Amino acid sequence: MKLLTHNMLTSHVQGVTKGYPLIIKATEVKVNELEFNAQFVSRMIPKLEWKALIQAAEWLGQSQDLPSTPKPNYESVEDFLRKVHRILLEVEVVEGCLQCPESGREFPISNGVPNLLLIEDE
Amino acid sequence: MKLKELESCLQQVDGFEEPKILLEQYPTSPHIAGCMLYTIHNTFDDIQHKLVADLGCGCGVLSIGAAVLDAGLCVGFDIDEDALDIFKGNVEDFELSNIDMVQCDVCSIGSSYAKKFDTVIMNPPFGTKHNQGIDMQFLQTAISMASTAVYSLHKTSTRDHIQKKANDWKVKMEVIAELRYDLPASYKFHKKKSVDIQVDFIRFTPT
Repeated sequence: MKLLTHNMLTSHVQGVTKGYPLIIKATEVKVNELEFNAQFVSRMIPKLEWKALIQAAEWLGQSQDLPSTPKPNYESVEDFLRKVHRILLEVEVVEGCLQCPESGREFPISNGVPNLLLIEDE
Repeated sequence: MKLKELESCLQQVDGFEEPKILLEQYPTSPHIAGCMLYTIHNTFDDIQHKLVADLGCGCGVLSIGAAVLDAGLCVGFDIDEDALDIFKGNVEDFELSNIDMVQCDVCSIGSSYAKKFDTVIMNPPFGTKHNQGIDMQFLQTAISMASTAVYSLHKTSTRDHIQKKANDWKVKMEVIAELRYDLPASYKFHKKKSVDIQVDFIRFTPT
């Protein structure tokens, strides 16, 4: 599970109103190289919940000086874009779980795939 | 990449080992997937460097194709763990890094991913197995997720119904092509060797 994907995921447990962001508890993380494309990263930045991304990076011990808000004129700051590229697309959670911040319900991540299925009465 | 090259590439994608009837698991043929993706990429430029979602991805043929065509990231969504395992295997075989996947029920997603994706691509279940209306649920979810366009396959026989819904949802609907979906006998109850189903390849965009 990449952090760009995690940034979009939310808990659907019945009755939960604050099911975002899902807390990451990772037991295995890997870094998988992906070709850098400045245009793609730049376009993704405004779509992100930036605070949730920083939080996710911290949970994985991958904060590496990411600023608390995106840099102004970030489209032209390659160094910054490369850092964002790495954290969004190259760092992957292989094993662990995602926890709903409100209900505590845990969703397993196995072999890189988070399982968000709920059982019938949830 | 030429269409023939793309199709040839997609022939390497492994399909379902034991397809589940109730989930309407049929593979999307390399030919159909190739045609869809080729058009989406060459005519509309909605794949390269874009954030793409594949709803009901199954073993991932559409996602693999999108990744090969250089999507920024393609995220596959499916309810079935076995299909996602095969998808994983395919991703590894193709050595692709720009793919991710989520196991979930597309019908329960609601509007969580509202406009988060540039493009949504799918070959949704048609609603023939005690799941009538599922194609429209998939479509409604897809439309909420995509900021630019949704590309989907639907039975030609449902075209008028879909047009009405598209009007209600205030989306523009364009039938890009009519395809014959050739389904070889994949389940024991299939009496004929293969069946041709007329499907529309449709593009939906916000008005």
